[in-house]
Amino acid sequence: MDIALIGRIVPVFVQAAWTTVELSLLSLALGLAVAALVAMLRLSHVAALRFAGAAYVSVFRGTPALIQIFLLYFGGPQVGIQLDPFAAGAIALGLNIAAYMAESIRGGVLSVDRGQMEAARSLGFGEGQSMRWIVLPQAAKLMIRPLGVNAVALVKGTALVATISVVELTYTAQRFIGSTYKPFEIFAVTAVLYMIMVYGLTLLVDRLDRAYAGEA
Amino acid sequence: MNDTRPMIEVRGARKFFGPLEVLKGIDFSVARGQIVAVIGPSGSGKSTLLRSINHLETLDGGEVWLDGVQVNQKLDRRSFERHINGVRQQMGMVFQHFNLFPHLSVAENITIAPIKLKGMAKAEARALALKMLDKVGLADKIDAFPARLSGGQKQRVAIARALAMQPKVMLFDEATSALDPELVDEVNLVMKQLASEHMTMVIVTHEMRFAAEVADRVIFMADGAVVEEGSPAELFRNPKQERTRSFLKKFLNG
Repeated sequence: MDIALIGRIVPVFVQAAWTTVELSLLSLALGLAVAALVAMLRLSHVAALRFAGAAYVSVFRGTPALIQIFLLYFGGPQVGIQLDPFAAGAIALGLNIAAYMAESIRGGVLSVDRGQMEAARSLGFGEGQSMRWIVLPQAAKLMIRPLGVNAVALVKGTALVATISVVELTYTAQRFIGSTYKPFEIFAVTAVLYMIMVYGLTLLVDRLDRAYAGEA
Repeated sequence: MNDTRPMIEVRGARKFFGPLEVLKGIDFSVARGQIVAVIGPSGSGKSTLLRSINHLETLDGGEVWLDGVQVNQKLDRRSFERHINGVRQQMGMVFQHFNLFPHLSVAENITIAPIKLKGMAKAEARALALKMLDKVGLADKIDAFPARLSGGQKQRVAIARALAMQPKVMLFDEATSALDPELVDEVNLVMKQLASEHMTMVIVTHEMRFAAEVADRVIFMADGAVVEEGSPAELFRNPKQERTRSFLKKFLNG
């Protein structure tokens, strides 16, 4: 075990991990926005919209994330989409996780007792109003954990964009192998840094979950 | 104002669940201030009938009228949505499982509709909530959350919530069926009090004794049709139909 090497690479790797954090946050924001939209489609009264939502989920969950990244980054220029690796990675990861997050959101909404919607409607609230004031506040609490699981998967999934040479944690690790021939130390440090990120995220999810637990 | 016009009128109500006809052309009307109890075995369609009055169930045929306005009129989606939301504000509904909003306090459960739908000021709405809670004997629970209430208390809050919209009629869908026996009376008492204030009420219930005490008219339904209707005295003491007799016999022996 080359302790000196570990000491040398940690500052560089922490820097690279920061890129992973940025990538994760951007993908998460995009993912949540798209997921909210897809969940709305999935819950629509209009069959065509429901189908579109279901199709989105099937496509993005039914194909490897790696292929989605390749398709956007390598295939994009062929159809006029020219993106730098970071942007392509963030967008592909965001669109991918959105499919999973849409299902978490939909699950939360469907877990709220049907009687809640009925009671709201019986008072004279419209469907949108009932959703906004009665169903969603209760569903939000039920979504926190599943969305947290999705977010953890996203953070770990960012490693895939090393393949399109985004200079994040995994890519940086691979580059150091060539110059040091010490893969054990290098990947161990890498793994520990991922664990720290995931642990931090898990703590955040726990806190959110407790904050929203409330009286109900 | 024409006070002889019925408050609720249902004409030829038909409803299918898939191939099953659950309402086979029902006619009935409720006069202003009248209390009608609907009884019958499970699966007779009595809850479906009640829920079709405020359009929680969509009828496949027939008409429902509230105070001279057709509830289930044919309109385009958007206009109907506006129409039905307005109509529902005039009908209070009380559910078997209370359906209080668990993320809101008792006060908020009662005030959310007057504030959001009628534009009532918060202070005024709270005063209204207090008045309604007083009516159901729960003024001290105004800031509690539903999870802290007993079943009977929840149902009384649910009644207060419906009353806060100052509805023309109240619909009760087996309001005491989910309650422990010792909690039934406190809810029945509130309903009796409403009756004494001449609230127009339709009560779907399994409790024959309560129906006999509080109702002006009792409707007995079976298999999606009205078998017999009349005053409680007529229907309970001297039922004309064999189907009614056997139902009541089972109930009184059970």
